[in-house]
Parts: sequence; C-alpha cells; structure tokens
Amino acid sequence: MSLIAQLPVLPIIIPLVAAPLTLLLPKPRLPWVWASVVAWVTFAACAWLLATVASTGMISYHLGDWAPPLGIEYRVDLANALVLFLVSGVAALVFAFSYHSVRAEVDAAQTPLFYGAMLICLTGLLGVTITGDAFNVFVFLEISSLSTYALVAMGARRDRRALTAAFNYLVMGTIGATFFVIGIGLLYQATGTLNMADLHERLIGQDNRMVQAGFAFIVVGIGLKLAMFPLHLWLPNAYTYAPSAVSAFLAATATKVAVYVLIRFFFSVFNFDFAFIGAAFTYVLLPLGIAGMFIASLAAVFQDDVKRLLAYSSVGQIGYMLLGLSFATVEGLTASLVHVFNHALMKGALFMAVACVVLRAGSHSINAFAGLGKRMPVTTWAIILSGLSLIGVPLTVGFVSKWYLLDAAFSSGHGYSGFLIVASSLIALLYVGRLAEVMLLREPPSEGKYAFPAKEAPLAMLIPMWVLVIANIYFGIRTDLTGGIAQRAAEALMLTAGGAP
Amino acid sequence: MAEFSPALIILLGGLFVPLVPNGWARNLFMLALPLLAAVQLINLGVGEYWNYELFGQSLTLTRIDGLSRIFSTIFLIAIALNVVYAWHVRDPVQQSASLVYPGAALGGVLAGDLITLFIFWEIAAISSVFLIWASRNRRAFYAGMRYLAWQVGSGVLLLMGVVLYFRASGSLAFENFLDGGMSLSDPAVLFIFIAFGIKSAFPLLHNWVQDAYPESTVTGTIVLSIFTTKLAVASLARGFAGAEALVYIGAAMTAFPIFFAVIENDLRRVLTYSLNNQVGFMIVGIGIGTPLALNGAAAYAFCNILFEGLLFMAMGAVLYRTGTVKGSELGGLYKTMPLTAIFCIIGAASISAFPLFSGFISKGLIIGAAAKEHYYWVWMTLLFAAAGVFHHSGIKIPFFAFFAHDSGKRPKEAPLHMLIAMGITAFLCIFIGSAQIFTGPLGDPLYALMPFEVKIEDAHSSYIAYTAPHIVTQLQILLFSGLAFAVLQKTGLYPPELKSTNLDSDWLYRVPGRAFLGWATGASRATWNALWAIFSGRIQVLMARIYAVHGPEGQMSRSWPIGFMALWTAVLLALVLVLSFLA
Repeated sequence: MSLIAQLPVLPIIIPLVAAPLTLLLPKPRLPWVWASVVAWVTFAACAWLLATVASTGMISYHLGDWAPPLGIEYRVDLANALVLFLVSGVAALVFAFSYHSVRAEVDAAQTPLFYGAMLICLTGLLGVTITGDAFNVFVFLEISSLSTYALVAMGARRDRRALTAAFNYLVMGTIGATFFVIGIGLLYQATGTLNMADLHERLIGQDNRMVQAGFAFIVVGIGLKLAMFPLHLWLPNAYTYAPSAVSAFLAATATKVAVYVLIRFFFSVFNFDFAFIGAAFTYVLLPLGIAGMFIASLAAVFQDDVKRLLAYSSVGQIGYMLLGLSFATVEGLTASLVHVFNHALMKGALFMAVACVVLRAGSHSINAFAGLGKRMPVTTWAIILSGLSLIGVPLTVGFVSKWYLLDAAFSSGHGYSGFLIVASSLIALLYVGRLAEVMLLREPPSEGKYAFPAKEAPLAMLIPMWVLVIANIYFGIRTDLTGGIAQRAAEALMLTAGGAP
Repeated sequence: MAEFSPALIILLGGLFVPLVPNGWARNLFMLALPLLAAVQLINLGVGEYWNYELFGQSLTLTRIDGLSRIFSTIFLIAIALNVVYAWHVRDPVQQSASLVYPGAALGGVLAGDLITLFIFWEIAAISSVFLIWASRNRRAFYAGMRYLAWQVGSGVLLLMGVVLYFRASGSLAFENFLDGGMSLSDPAVLFIFIAFGIKSAFPLLHNWVQDAYPESTVTGTIVLSIFTTKLAVASLARGFAGAEALVYIGAAMTAFPIFFAVIENDLRRVLTYSLNNQVGFMIVGIGIGTPLALNGAAAYAFCNILFEGLLFMAMGAVLYRTGTVKGSELGGLYKTMPLTAIFCIIGAASISAFPLFSGFISKGLIIGAAAKEHYYWVWMTLLFAAAGVFHHSGIKIPFFAFFAHDSGKRPKEAPLHMLIAMGITAFLCIFIGSAQIFTGPLGDPLYALMPFEVKIEDAHSSYIAYTAPHIVTQLQILLFSGLAFAVLQKTGLYPPELKSTNLDSDWLYRVPGRAFLGWATGASRATWNALWAIFSGRIQVLMARIYAVHGPEGQMSRSWPIGFMALWTAVLLALVLVLSFLA
C-alpha cells in the first residue's frame, strides 16, 4: 500500500483532515499558514494526478477497497483531472493571497473558522469533481455549499448585507441540491445503482418517464449551482458581499465545478440516444446560454460596484460555457472545457485585484478606482491585463477561448452564434473599457470618502495575483497545454456519450 | 536578437516608456526606438523571420517584402517625427500609447499570416483609444468608446473571417484572398473585406474618423491620423489587390468627403475628411491592381503620411498656441507664426500635387493607371477629387488659419521641437517631389522602395513625372480650382466658416442609436416588470399553494427576492420536464 497507489484520495483526505485542525491553532497567523501549506500540498497531489492521468489514462480508485458499483469509486480521467488541477491551483494561490485581506475584512475571532471553512469548501469542490458516484456528488456538493454559506456570511463585518446574501444563497443552493438529489433518487429508482459508470450502462434503452423526470431535476438543480441564467439571481449578491478572498476563490472555482458536473451527467451518465439530451441542448442550454451572454453582460455594464460588475460578467461568461456545450460536438465541448479553465484564471486574478483595492481603499465602489493607476499601479495593470483577457484580446487566454468557441460555432453549423459570441464580447469591452478609463485617466480624489494614500498592496498579495495574471498570458501563448488536454478529454467524453460526430 | 521583430522593438519599448524617468531621458529613449527598429529592419532585409507555433499552425511574425518594406519604412519615419513633435508632452499614458499603437500597426504591416495580423490589429485598436481618452474629458471618453466599438468590431469581424477562411481553405497564409478561387461573396472573404473596410474608413463606415480623431490631444491626432488607415491600406493591398469593387469604393471615397470638408469649420475635422479622400486614392490604386497602380498606391501612402501629417502638425501647432482650430475664430496668424504658415503651405502644396512637391509624382501614378486600364468615369472622378483636395486642403486650411480676415490673435511661433519636426517633414515632401528632376525617373529614391519593379516602357510612362502634359494638366486643375475658390470668395457665395456642427451619418447611431438603447433598456425593464406582474398575479397564488403543500419554503414567497428566484427555478423545471417528456 504505497502512497502513490493512494494518490487519487489524497486531494480529498488532506484538506478534510486538515480543516478541523485549523480551529486548534493560535489566532493571528498560524491558521493561515497551515491552510496555505495544506492547499499547496493538495495542489501538488492534483498536479501529480493530472500528469499521471495524462500519461497513463483513466484511474479508478476504490474507496476503502469496496468494489464498485456498491462501493464508492473515484474515477479520474482527463476532464476532471484538469478541473482538479484548476481548483486546487486557484485554492493554493488564493489561500496564500488571503492573509492581509482576511485580516482587514473578517472578524479576528473568526479567522480559524474562516480558514477551516475554506478548507472544507475546497474538499467539497475537489470531491464533487473526483468522485465517480452520483450520490457522492451530492454529498460533496453540500459540503462545499454549506461552508460557502458560512464564508459569504462572514462578510457581514464590513457590510451587513452579506447576511441576506448568504441567506438567499442558502435557500437557492438548497433548492438546487434538493432538485439534484431528487433527480439522483429517480435514476436510482429506475436503475438500482448510484455509480456513474454503472448508471451509464444500465440507463441504455431506459427512455421512460422516471429517467426523463430525473434528468429534468438534475439539469435544473445543477443549473442553479452554476448560475445558469435565469437561475443566477443569488450570485451577484453572494459574490459582492462575501469577503474579497472568498469571492476570488468562489468565482474561480465553484461555478466551474458545477459546469463540470453538468458535462459529466450529460456525457458520461446519460447518452445521446436519449432524445431529451438533444432537446435540452437545443432548447435549454443554447437559448439560456445566449440570453446570459447578453443580459448579464449588459447588466455588468451599468454596475457601480466593481465586485458586482465582475459577478454579472461571470454569469455572462458561464453563458459561453453553456453555448459551447450545447453544440454537442467535440469542438464545442473542448471550447467549454477550455473556457472553464481560462475563465477561472481571469476572474481569479480580477477578484484578487479587487481585494487589493478593498484592502487599501476600504471600498469596491467604482469611485474608489478613480485614478488607481497613480495610487496602485501594479494592481491596476493586473486588472487591465486580466480585463483584456476577459474581452478576448490576442495573447491572453480569453482569445484562446474565443478562438475555440468560434471554431466550434462555425464547424457545428451554428454560424449565427459566432456573431453572437463576437457581439457579446463587445459588451465585455464596454465594462472593461469603462473600468480602464476610470483607473488610468481620472484624477484620484484627494479628499472625501474615496481618498486614500498612494500605497501598493503588500507583496504577499501581489505575488499570487500576478502569478494568475501571468498564467493568463502564458496559457494564452502556450495553447497546446489546455487546448490539447481539453480536446483529448472532450473526445473521450463524446466517445462515452456515443455522440453525433 | 538576430531575428527580433522591428515592430516588437517599438511596441515593447513603448510599454517600458513609463518606467524611464520623465524628461529628456524619456524623450531620447523614445527617439532611440524607431532608430533601433530601422537599423533592425535594414539588417534583416527581405525575407521571413521568427516562425512560431499557435493552435498547431506555423506562423510568421515578420515578413519583409516589397510591400511591407515601403510601409514599415514610412511608419518608422513617422514614429520618429512624432516623437520629436511631441517632445513637450509629459503624460506617460500618451507617450506610451504613441509608441505601442504605431508599433502594433507596424507589426500588422509586417505580419506574415492572418493570426499575427489579427493580434496586431487588436493591439492597435486597443492601444490607440488611449490617445483619444488622453484629452481627459467626457466628450473624448464617449468618442473613444464609440471609436473602440468600431475598431474592435473590425477586429472581431476579421477574426470571424479568419476562422471561416481557415475552415474553407485550411490555410492561415496572408496572401491575396482572391487568387485562391474565392470571391468577395464568400462569407470568409467578405468578413475580412469589411474588417479592412472599417479600418480604412470605406464610405458609410467612415465616420469614426471624424467622430474620434479631432477629440484627441494636439499630438495624439497626428499619430492617429497616420497609422490605422494606412495599416488597412497595406492589408488591402496584400489581400485584395485587383478586387474591382475597390475601384468604385475608392472613387466614391475620393469624392464624397469633399462636400463635407468644404462646409466644415473645425480645421482638424476638415483634415479628417481629407484623410478619407486621400485613402480613397490609394484604394482605387489597389482596386486597379496592376503593378503600376499598386506602386502608385504604396507611393501615395508614403507621401500622404508625410504631407497629411505635416498639415495635422501645423494645425496642432495652431491649436497648441491659440487653443482653437475653428476656421471662424482664426485668421491672420501668418504675422506671428510665419514658419508654421510656410510649412502648412508646403503640406498643402504637396497634398494638392503641385509640381515639385511629393503629391505630384505619386498621385499621377494612380490617375495614370486608371486611365491606362480605361476606367473613364473613375478617372474623371479622380480628377474632380484632385481638384477638390486642392480646394479644401490646399487652399482652405492655410487660408482660413493663417490669412483670411485678421482674427486679432497674435500667438507665439510654434515651439522649437514642433518646428524641427515640421521642417524635416516639409523637407521630405519637397525632396521626394523634386528628386526626379536631378536623378531622372530611374534613379528616383522613392521608386527604389516600391513593391513592384519600376518598368519604364516608353516616354509616356506615368513613372516619368516631369513631362509637359502632366505638368500642364495638373496646373490646369489647380488653376481652375483656385479660380473657383477666388470667385466664390469674392462674390460672397463661398459657404462662410460658420460656427456650425455638421451631421454626418454617425448621427444615426449617436442620436437614434442612443434613443434605441434607452428604449431597449426601458422596454426590457417594462417586460421584466410585466412578467413579474403576471407571475405575482395568478401564478404566484398557484405557486404559493404549491409551496404551502410542499414545505415551509411556501412561507418564503412573501420575501419576494427569494420567492422570485425560486419561481424561476420552478418555471425552468416545468420547462425541462415538459421538454424531456415530449422529446
């Protein structure tokens, strides 16, 4: 029983066991050090896992040596190895980043709880991604969601509205989880199994009301979690009022994991023989994706709160992922997976930059960003570069996403959606351009609420943020890394789904 | 370093500008960049350099051939002159943008494939807007936003065209699109064509020029006026040489801005119309597509950057000293700004193609090519436009600014660095225009740079500029145009320089467009409210009952945000359920 044979379980076990220990550590600094170290170790395990899967292929790990379908199976292929790598990588950076930001925004007495909850949340997100068991997905989804509600509520020290935001999120998240578990229950009723691979086998040919209803509940349940338009209403408030470090972590990971779950169910649990899969692509994901791309992005343009602006932009960007998915082709799926990865890089960096501004200015109103280029140039350029990535400017990951999406749109015969992708990226230009103009060309206010001395954020925040910004450019140039893995993952998924060519 | 791109020297150097201490050190650093890039351009010589991989395709960062060489040469000259002209500017955003943006345009001209072109196309679009915003007022901000929408719109059209072209032909090579058997009616080629068309300001796609350029700063307008449209001209010359549609588009472009230019009061805006008209000449040349015409287009772009730049510089100096460029507020400035007035007249003489000035030898090539290929009406239009150019740029600009009725303004002469920049440009205008007299057509230095070999077949060749018929025709045009101006001016029929604002077709998207946006926002809000009213009417009662039956969440419907969210969830669930049952 070597450690390497146990590799797939490490990303779950390490943060899960480490989380309660944070509560025992003395307050000011140690919980943060501990959580960061744990996050980095988890990241190392996930990176190792990705490398292993990329070279040797799919890994199936039997938890407690109970053989599936009865026992819980962790099943790692390229698709979820990529998401694991992403989530743990963002976590490692955000945890390292968060010390000063958390000290400024969260009650000192709550810091051990904060880092504990962050680790639990990380466990949940990684668990959802890694597991090959449908009910286990639900369990981990709840683990991550419950800790998220608490984390959002901790923003109440700065703004009491965090409490209502957390409460709304709690209600909506619970509805989503309930729908999801109802769906799983219906599938279990129809097949008598909960293992995803086994479900896939036994569902073949079972096109009955039970399975159809199960599918509907699962799609809507996960749709809520991933903030599919119009089920996104919880998201703007939750991201706005959560502590900034939490916003950065959630924006880069939580919705991405939900998108992954949706992909997993569409392609690995159900298959393309079910007529409702095609219908859901055409009549649900496609129109709602496009609606989100436009309506949410337009909403972002008029926001006066930068965190809220970014939150609405996230909803819009999720529209791109759904759109890519709805083409039901290898190219479309590749584009979706690539954008899941790339959007996490952009939004992670942007929310981190906002956290830096909140630390110095004490506000995330757009007025606090006036003349930021003079007061916090390093942060300003981080925002500009990741903003350019959000628009999809060449040499950034945003361009890579857009390239794959356009290619997918044209190759799948949805040429008109190519126009829509392009048109909606012009909206991104508007909100990023507005932010850039405020930061670079306005004079910083010298008095009043938004005046603050010219002082950069501490290095401990700048370094992790710039790692993400540079990743935005690095992966924008080395497209073969993400694109290659995403394409292989997409091909494997399409093969399982038996999809249309 | 051996294969380093000259464009990247400018672009990356521009990014470093804010880090160099402000003042002379920074100015000298900025001036060193175009010189360094020029050395690199000469060292590299003709060929392809720095191949790299993207999306599994082999791409070429730098391709130097006849076409890209002439454009990059003049771009580098213009960058250096702009640095000198803007010696007094101490704004790091503007200084940086005035190098990054030309660097990107240079990169686009040198691009060896469509992806590289697109990358630089976008960088040029985004970096240039900072020159407009640098005026730092609300007008400039909104003008910049509109400009950005046009430019990035052109970029995404290009991207779509490139993706489609790649799917259709399997190639990303940036060569003539029409040679491979595709026509303008193919969507791939059409998208690229329109993308180029926006940047080169085709008729009806042109008004971003008049809208945005005059809003920029004294020095920013000059930089802007040079690069964007010329990048588009270079791209058209490479991709669409010989596309007949361009002949007519170009002819229309030469003619229509004249009417706007005549009645416009803002002299910098007059020049932006003249810019449209000038680019029209180049586009006609590209559309004709013979080596003579393409040489003419490239040579005209080369000369135009100098004399149009010179006129913009002169107006910039006037704006810098007096704070206005309204024709109605100026006049009589020659008394205190004599050198600027002389330089302006040299620019005006060049743009009007007076013999001895650079417009004379280059414009003749295009008009000659049109005649040679028997485009009769186009040829007539070009002659008319040439007369019009003389009218609005050749006479109107210097006349209203420096002569006309005395405005009583007595500004100081332009600062020394501006005079130096204008002086060098003026010298180049005369040098290019008259070199042929001393060297003979075969030894003309400009001809040596041309993309195609200069072949002089007989004594009537358009390449021989100084022939009796050419000089006489040109002088006739100029004389009659001048006569018309004088007669109209004396008889009081000439449209007076009124303090008016001209409505161009950009009004369509500025006024009704905004109204439409307002309407759309209002309408969607109203729809939203109406939907909410419907839901909160009957269906909410129904839903409340369902919640009451199914659990405590029923109580939540009273707190409407959550109820609303949950309502949507239920609606969507119902939709998906029905869908899966029916499918």
